[in-house]
Amino acid sequence: MKSLEELKAIKDKMKSTIDLRHEDPSATKVIVSMGTCGIASGAREVLNAFAEVVAEKGITRNVMVSQSGCIGLCENEPVAEVITPGKDKVTYGKLTPEKAREIVEKHLIGGTVVDEYKI
Amino acid sequence: MYRSHVLVCGGTGCTSSGSQQIIDSLEKEIKAAGLENEIEVVKTGCFGLCALGPIMIVYPEGTFYSMVQEKDIPEIVSEHLVKGRIVSRLVYDETVTENGIKSLQDTAFYSKQNRVALRNCGVISPENIEEYIGTGGYEALGKVLTKMTPEEVIQTILDSGLRGRGGGGFPTGMKWKLARNIVPNADQKYVCCNADEGDPGAFMDRSVLEGDPHVVLEAMAIAGYAIGANQGYIYVRAEYPIAVKRLEIAINQAREYGMLGKNIFGTGFDFDIGLRLGAGAFVCGEETALMTSIEGNRGEPRPRPPFPAEKGLFGKPTILNNVETYANIPRIILNGAEWFASMGTEKSKGTKVFALGGKIKNTGLVEIPMGTTLRTVIEEIGGGIPNGKKFKAAQTGGPSGGCIPAEHYDIPIDYDNLISIGSMMGSGGLIVMDEDNCMVDIAKFFLAFTVDESCGKCTPCRIGTKRLYEMLDKITKGQGTLEDLDKIEELCYYIKNNSLCGLGQTAPNPVLSTLRYFRDEYIAHVVDKTCPAGVCKDLLKYSIDPDKCRGCTLCARKCPASAISGTVKQPHVIDQDKCVKCGACMETCKFGAISKN
Repeated sequence: MKSLEELKAIKDKMKSTIDLRHEDPSATKVIVSMGTCGIASGAREVLNAFAEVVAEKGITRNVMVSQSGCIGLCENEPVAEVITPGKDKVTYGKLTPEKAREIVEKHLIGGTVVDEYKI
Repeated sequence: MYRSHVLVCGGTGCTSSGSQQIIDSLEKEIKAAGLENEIEVVKTGCFGLCALGPIMIVYPEGTFYSMVQEKDIPEIVSEHLVKGRIVSRLVYDETVTENGIKSLQDTAFYSKQNRVALRNCGVISPENIEEYIGTGGYEALGKVLTKMTPEEVIQTILDSGLRGRGGGGFPTGMKWKLARNIVPNADQKYVCCNADEGDPGAFMDRSVLEGDPHVVLEAMAIAGYAIGANQGYIYVRAEYPIAVKRLEIAINQAREYGMLGKNIFGTGFDFDIGLRLGAGAFVCGEETALMTSIEGNRGEPRPRPPFPAEKGLFGKPTILNNVETYANIPRIILNGAEWFASMGTEKSKGTKVFALGGKIKNTGLVEIPMGTTLRTVIEEIGGGIPNGKKFKAAQTGGPSGGCIPAEHYDIPIDYDNLISIGSMMGSGGLIVMDEDNCMVDIAKFFLAFTVDESCGKCTPCRIGTKRLYEMLDKITKGQGTLEDLDKIEELCYYIKNNSLCGLGQTAPNPVLSTLRYFRDEYIAHVVDKTCPAGVCKDLLKYSIDPDKCRGCTLCARKCPASAISGTVKQPHVIDQDKCVKCGACMETCKFGAISKN
């Protein structure tokens, strides 16, 4: 490697890796329930889908994709909560990786809550 | 693509308490749970809170686990990594609040810090150049090579006010300017890095090298461009095996990525770096001795002038900066001189890394803006002195520095303030002492170190420090006289004024500063033949209070010298001729009947 462009390409490639280790209190949190009920209904695939799409969109610094234990909504699993500081918490249920992608695009980036998946 | 990163400290402190085993176990458990494509384990450099090692941080949550043991790993993996339930018993208690867990950045230890030189330590893997590039690494080198003239680089460093972090505090930009201009048309110049950190208790440079080696390489290349050199040398002590290994990896990766070598960024600028391992002589941290050692000779200083900027390594113009100084350079280039100069005090800009040690709760590594008071560093960041003891003094600058007494607890730390109170910044070792430390003994300890480390080339240092040590030894044995105190002072100034290099010129500082602030302790040793802190064994006397002694015989059985006698249920006595003053009896006694004075 010799050029500055190539240096920049590596930096861009590493962006989501470095951003993941950045703590920002104003970041929006996406918390996927990972109790036994959630895992059995596919919460891990949903969690990974959230993480992947967030990285793909380059918003790792502003969105933290994390997990929690069972939150008591077992019949709606997989469940995820979206917590934006200063706004009401939004809880989504019966998620799939595809729905996770839609939520990232519409809610996290677009700012519009996806009502049809809300519980 | 990993959804979570587990960062484990791979610095020297945590490695010695088993962080490598933790990493191995983590990788095994993560694989067993089928999470190896979701969770990445990263071995980083030092997080700073060495007292609580081994340390582990789980991102994106930023959960800070401390004192992790190998046996805790299955639980962390199955609970936290699989199910998202934080293992609260292992979380650093300072981050636990009523409302859940707060960010590490909000804890007393981290909130007062400002990490510039240490910015990547504990954040990136030091063995992966791409992580360094991901944080903006090598951008500063790209910027100077494509957008700045060497003069502009030097002017930026001058404007930033950066001063040498190795101890002396010489303006870095001035050093570079001299090396660029003093010898016109020099055929060869060199850039050297002093990584021969040798003060007892200091591990700032070690941590930068272990945690972020590329920052040093990048800064040296920038320095090479600024002064017109194409070869650099890092002189690092062989006792830093992790630092050496990571430097080797970093140099190889930098060459592979074209950050070192020929025609960097296609600009025609060549620069390469060689590693030179020192055998651990303290004097080799002195600039001329260091260069003599790189040349392959015995590490002894040579008289200055000529200064290295004119005639340094192999007789060529050379600059020598310390690791922490270099660690500031790329940020100054990217963020600008004004940004750096906005931190610190009028004459000491930026931040300084300190290694906290001694009688302090949070032993470890901290980086604070210049001008922070000693009280803030010790009480707030350092967590204060353990066991409710009282602060007596702080020692800065290692064997070249002095003791700062409680009366200067609120002095803002910078180069000039420390000099004015008889100490010095040094490379950043900060050893805290409480009421149980004897200041005469401390002075003797540091002097013993310089006696050992004196290279022997000049007489004032070789013989002077030895004679000084003998007089101190006499005092700690209760054989000193008031006349000795005057002689000590006289000899101190003689050594300071006549030694060849910095080692000898500063060796008497621990003695002079303790004499200045704790003369009463010296007097107690000399006149009253007592050691007020109860440290100097020859002046101690253990005795049993017959009113308190119940004759339980515990002390008599514990005494290794069989110096305690007495019959059961009768008060015991200590035979002073046999007593070796180990203190075992005092620790054993359940009735507080034994005292020392």
